[in-house]
Amino acid sequence: MNRIAILASAVLAVGFALMAERAPRYNLGRPATPEEIRKRDISVAPDGTGLPVGHGTVEQGRYIYKVLCANCHGDHGQGVGDYPALAGGQGTLKSADPVLTVGSYWPYATTVWDYTHRAMPYQRPGTLSADETYALTAFILYMNDIVEDKAELNEKTLPQIKMPNRDGFVPDPRPDVPSARPKK
Amino acid sequence: MKQQPLPRTTRRFFLATGAASLGALATHSTDIPQELGAPRRKYGERSSYETSSRVFRESVTPGTGASRTPLQDLYGIITPSALHFERHHAGVPQIDPTQHELLIHGLVERPLVFTLKDLRRFPSVSHIRFVECAGNTGSDHAGRPGADPQRSHGLVSCSEWTGVPLKTLLDEAGITPKASWLVAEGADASRLARSLPLAKALDDVLVAYGQNGEALRPEQGYPLRLLVPGWEGNVNIKWLGRIQIVDQPYMTHDEAASYTDFMPDGKARAFTFVMEAKSVITRPAGGQRLDGPGFYEITGMAWSGRGKISRVEVSTDEGKSWRDAKLNDPVLPKAVTRFSLPWQWGGEETALQSRCTDDTGYTQPTREELVAVRGLRPGPDGFNHYNGIKTWYVHRDGKVSHE
Repeated sequence: MNRIAILASAVLAVGFALMAERAPRYNLGRPATPEEIRKRDISVAPDGTGLPVGHGTVEQGRYIYKVLCANCHGDHGQGVGDYPALAGGQGTLKSADPVLTVGSYWPYATTVWDYTHRAMPYQRPGTLSADETYALTAFILYMNDIVEDKAELNEKTLPQIKMPNRDGFVPDPRPDVPSARPKK
Repeated sequence: MKQQPLPRTTRRFFLATGAASLGALATHSTDIPQELGAPRRKYGERSSYETSSRVFRESVTPGTGASRTPLQDLYGIITPSALHFERHHAGVPQIDPTQHELLIHGLVERPLVFTLKDLRRFPSVSHIRFVECAGNTGSDHAGRPGADPQRSHGLVSCSEWTGVPLKTLLDEAGITPKASWLVAEGADASRLARSLPLAKALDDVLVAYGQNGEALRPEQGYPLRLLVPGWEGNVNIKWLGRIQIVDQPYMTHDEAASYTDFMPDGKARAFTFVMEAKSVITRPAGGQRLDGPGFYEITGMAWSGRGKISRVEVSTDEGKSWRDAKLNDPVLPKAVTRFSLPWQWGGEETALQSRCTDDTGYTQPTREELVAVRGLRPGPDGFNHYNGIKTWYVHRDGKVSHE
């Protein structure tokens, strides 16, 4: 076989291998429709991917918070009993008594939006509209002095917010206890 | 099956002695019962004399919280499904399996929807693997050691899980070149979601519908869950409804805020997935009492999220000397391994400890060694990923305690 033929058959072989790998093998299940994906996909990435079009202000959020959230998280986001604090604690992470809240600890504002939208209010999760979630996120960030009292958030502005503890997270360094590490 | 008539001699015996026997029902365990036992039943239950149970504290948020496995009562390596620990964030949903669908979408060539019926048609595998909550033994880290194995280590359980390798389903959908992570989401009220690196998904993750030979228990994700061997329980998404193939971690609540490890320098570790090697003696252990000097078999459980347990050492003299315990078959990767060691107790005051090593060569550290690195300031949900050596104290009166 000349070199071109070898090359050609190699290319063909690779091509078939790729096709074989990419083709469905069992043909089970059914294709998902764009409509059902749109309905079920609620995930929001830190870069804003997945945020629906919408908007809400601190003032609107203040009202929603009072009605739906204050009972558990406190009038000022200070937390009540088993329900966590949402506000405060900035500047305490290196102290003896760190206070870990949305404002002092969470690295991304998109996490506030995503979690509030999917899991809150605790007793009736998944009932907040996109606009209500923008408004609540705005108010929670306002309680933490991260946005101004006149702020309005939308799908463009929310991912641009830099949370105070954005750079506070490190990758997993384990095994980290020297005596426990595998002996070389 | 039809009941066979009693043989003639037996019937005559009954007629002759029946009346007299009524006043003398079996009172001693060695007596042969002289009355009929219970009938057959369609779904078995344990003996009414057995009371081993999960424990949990009452809370104002009953939908969230944990219940703990009674490790001190278990034999072998399998946790009975009814005693598997629980950790829920929005209660246990009651899902009709005929209505449940798994959606796989995102950076794939063919977004697909699978029913339970579809999933059961794929080639299946069964693997014995532990699941452990990231927060298991967190109170031991904090210096409030659990009083018995259930209260200290009860957020770990081990089952035989049956399902489809996630890789099979992802191949079916066709992952596109930009894909590097996935987001898995539960169909519970809080739609709990976690990001996982694609490399792990393609390695050994299962989409499981079976637990110990039957369908998953509702508390364990019925009808479908993710089983992520060796990694913290929280990523083993229960009631699995959606898998989105993506190009970045999504920083969901349970990876950006909760389930992070807060360090002495004010930084926090994120994506601390693997559960490192850990062991605990379950008998004799806190909450138990030795019936005087003599022979006891020390037994316990060891497991590692990195692989197989290769060695368990036990000390019966407060850590002065260590002996190799026997590893009971089977010894499986990312599964609980049962260990045992014969022991003669002379009635002295002492302490019992175990430390395990896995097949990467990693050895379980002491609490002091671990705290020296990770400190004592709790994270947003206490302490996660603690795996220090556990000590049980034996007192002269036979009482075993945690302090």
